[in-house]
Amino acid sequence: MMTEISLNILDVAQNSVRAEASLIEITVDISTEADRLEIVIKDDGCGMTPEQLESVTDPFFTTRTTRSIGLGIPFFKQSAELTGGNFDIKSEVGVGTETRAVYVLSSIDRMPLGNMTQTIHSLVTMNTHINFLYTYSADGKSFTLDTREFKEILGEDADFAAPDVSNFIMDYLTENHAEVSDLAE
Amino acid sequence: MKSLEELKAIRDKMKGQVDIREEDSNATRVVVGMATCGIAAGARPVLTAFSNAVQERDLQNVSVVQTGCIGLCQYEPIVEVFKADGEKTTYVKVKPEMVDEIIDQHIIKGNVVTKYTIETAKLG
Repeated sequence: MMTEISLNILDVAQNSVRAEASLIEITVDISTEADRLEIVIKDDGCGMTPEQLESVTDPFFTTRTTRSIGLGIPFFKQSAELTGGNFDIKSEVGVGTETRAVYVLSSIDRMPLGNMTQTIHSLVTMNTHINFLYTYSADGKSFTLDTREFKEILGEDADFAAPDVSNFIMDYLTENHAEVSDLAE
Repeated sequence: MKSLEELKAIRDKMKGQVDIREEDSNATRVVVGMATCGIAAGARPVLTAFSNAVQERDLQNVSVVQTGCIGLCQYEPIVEVFKADGEKTTYVKVKPEMVDEIIDQHIIKGNVVTKYTIETAKLG
């Protein structure tokens, strides 16, 4: 079990990395009025067959070979459903996968959103070859991080792990999260 | 709101600098397990701590990378250090507060911090 929603996001986004996605879109949308917190993770990776898709929420399914248990998706699903929210995953071979989790914002069982800055920062800096589009919005305010814009400035072969760039990405996320809402660290 | 303007200044600053971060045969690799087991056990702050420590010390020949499940989930967070000569050290149940010691003692001075290794944990 994860202790923060942001850890579930990091974990499930790693599936997209392994699926050899070239673009991973992560959206966090908070609405106090609708009392919901919606997370979408969408990739253009290899996708799954209908059989794989059917078994993906089963803890005893995984594509990994190091062991035969896969808890990433079941954890994510459970964390959303515990709050009275819902969970949905769509996938098509050769097209990609879209995972959506909706949490009831005010539920006592909703985990904290947690450190989204660290989650996005580690995904972006550790996978420079993949493009990320991250959108964080709360009650009408929002910001985006689009690594394709970073590459437009720094060049296609930019290394996001380079100290100056890595620090910039950390500050960009920290400051913009704080401006939009105090829900994410 | 923080904008991309600053990134242009970074680009201009980096221009003309010779890229000495290229992977070479003297490089040390720090590999952090970031599968479900690692993340649930606290690997994310460990990864961030290693990245920050390497940056702070300006260690040009050290790369911090992530990997999937190493297959020893009960020992997560696991960090493997590969020195240039191919020697591998496996640190287990790593916490962010152990990171400075591993960097300074092992990666810089070459002395394995045995109290955090898997061999010690197995004797435990």
